[in-house]
Amino acid sequence: MTALLEVEDLHVAYGKIEAVKGISFSVEAGQVVTLIGTNGAGKTTTLRTLSGLLKPSAGKITFDGKPLTGVAAHKIVALGLAHSPEGRHIFPRLTIEENLQLGAFLRKDKEGIEKDIQRAYDLFPILGERRKQAAGTLSGGEQQMLAMGRALMSQPKLLMLDEPSMGLSPIMMQKIMSTIVELKSQGTTILLVEQNAQAALSLADHGHVMEVGNIVLSGTGQDLLHDESVRKAYLGED
Amino acid sequence: MHTLPQQLANGLLLGSMYGLIAIGYTMVYGIVQLINFAHGEIFMTGAFGALTVYVYILPDGTSMWAAVPLMLIGGGIVSVLVAVGAERFAYRPLRQAPRLAPLITAIGLSLTLQELVRNFYPGADKSRAFPSLDATHSIGSVDITDADIFLVCAAIVCMSSLAWFVRKSRTGRAMQATAQDPDTAQLMGIDTNRIIVVAFAIGGFFAAVAALSYGLKYGNIDYRMGFLMGLKAFTAAVMGGIGNIYGAMLGGVVLGIAETLASAYISNIPGMQQLGGQSWANVWAFVLLILVLLFRPQGLLGERVADRA
Repeated sequence: MTALLEVEDLHVAYGKIEAVKGISFSVEAGQVVTLIGTNGAGKTTTLRTLSGLLKPSAGKITFDGKPLTGVAAHKIVALGLAHSPEGRHIFPRLTIEENLQLGAFLRKDKEGIEKDIQRAYDLFPILGERRKQAAGTLSGGEQQMLAMGRALMSQPKLLMLDEPSMGLSPIMMQKIMSTIVELKSQGTTILLVEQNAQAALSLADHGHVMEVGNIVLSGTGQDLLHDESVRKAYLGED
Repeated sequence: MHTLPQQLANGLLLGSMYGLIAIGYTMVYGIVQLINFAHGEIFMTGAFGALTVYVYILPDGTSMWAAVPLMLIGGGIVSVLVAVGAERFAYRPLRQAPRLAPLITAIGLSLTLQELVRNFYPGADKSRAFPSLDATHSIGSVDITDADIFLVCAAIVCMSSLAWFVRKSRTGRAMQATAQDPDTAQLMGIDTNRIIVVAFAIGGFFAAVAALSYGLKYGNIDYRMGFLMGLKAFTAAVMGGIGNIYGAMLGGVVLGIAETLASAYISNIPGMQQLGGQSWANVWAFVLLILVLLFRPQGLLGERVADRA
């Protein structure tokens, strides 16, 4: 069986500076895979390349049996890859409902879209209460919920979440993480980038540790969680 | 001597024309943060497109009822093609370049279009007669021409359809998303290049509507007509809050009325006798711009930049 997402020897450069230096990994359908590592390790660059916002300088990306390299960003969503970007990037002057509708921009099934908007409100009731409010007025955590809800609106085969817990209060972070667990139990395939390694590894099937553009360690979530070097470097233990 | 209501009507008419052109500046700026300084020439080519239909295509003696819609189509096609062509071949290759590059390109394009029309359009170097609609109607103490009626109706139809389009249509929604966050818009599956083309095309068409109104109202056009009109419309867009379509229209109307009233009445103020009249109208228009920018730098309807996420 081939994986849903297959990344082989991926290189990405900003001008002369190589941010991703030949990484390979894969994501199987139904799995949660996480990339962890410090700032500047190349995690966000990897996701932005997968969704077509950045062009790789070398390497191969295969998604659902089709090559992704060279495909324009707006066509990649149609293939079933959704990306909830770092920093949330909701559309601040549109309402919550309009943000969700934009997540379903390429879909034509009006009823299905309505149903999925309702599903997002069930997942995050606060969004339903504020559906007519401009998204820019939401708190950071609520914006994160909206960004995730919006990404789900395209009915993705793979959901990529970039730093969903960034800048959130512990309570809000809990809420986001438990939502990821819920999505996982519903069978959603997720590629998760996190600085909060503890939380990410505890719920991931597979994890990869990135350092300055390379994957330096891979394993199951549990293995990495108990790996001594990971505990020292990322979980703040002596 | 014109009465005050007449002056207000004149200002409103001039302002509607500014507003229609200002839409092109503001929509393009809202989406790609580019000041398309060639937009005045997009307006000018629209006037020549409309004139071409009238002079070279329609048979002599065509009634103006039939001619005006066809001239609008002709002018619209020319302006939209020039606007979309400018985007595709002049601005798009510079999308990632430093901001100064597209700005210089815009000025170059503006001169190129002027010279092309001056050298290759018969008679465009002086001024060419344009069929005017000068039948006058009196409403109370206000005299307006058929051209004025066309201008006001066209401006109202254009603005309300644009407002509907941006708020309600799928493409309009995509346009708002692209203006607010272009990268994330692509993640939604929006082809942002297409949205940018649509913005240029709408701006071009509105400029053609203004150009046809200009010709019908003033009765002649020339290759330089886009310079001052473009500059004024740009002023209107900035005054209203660049990036905001309602601001563009409001800025246009405010500018048109202020300019008309200033040139009519300022000479009545003791000590300012020399500062009235048409020759000072442009001065007062730009003085108003400076005042607005001093006290409300974001423009009348603009948002403070700090409010943007």
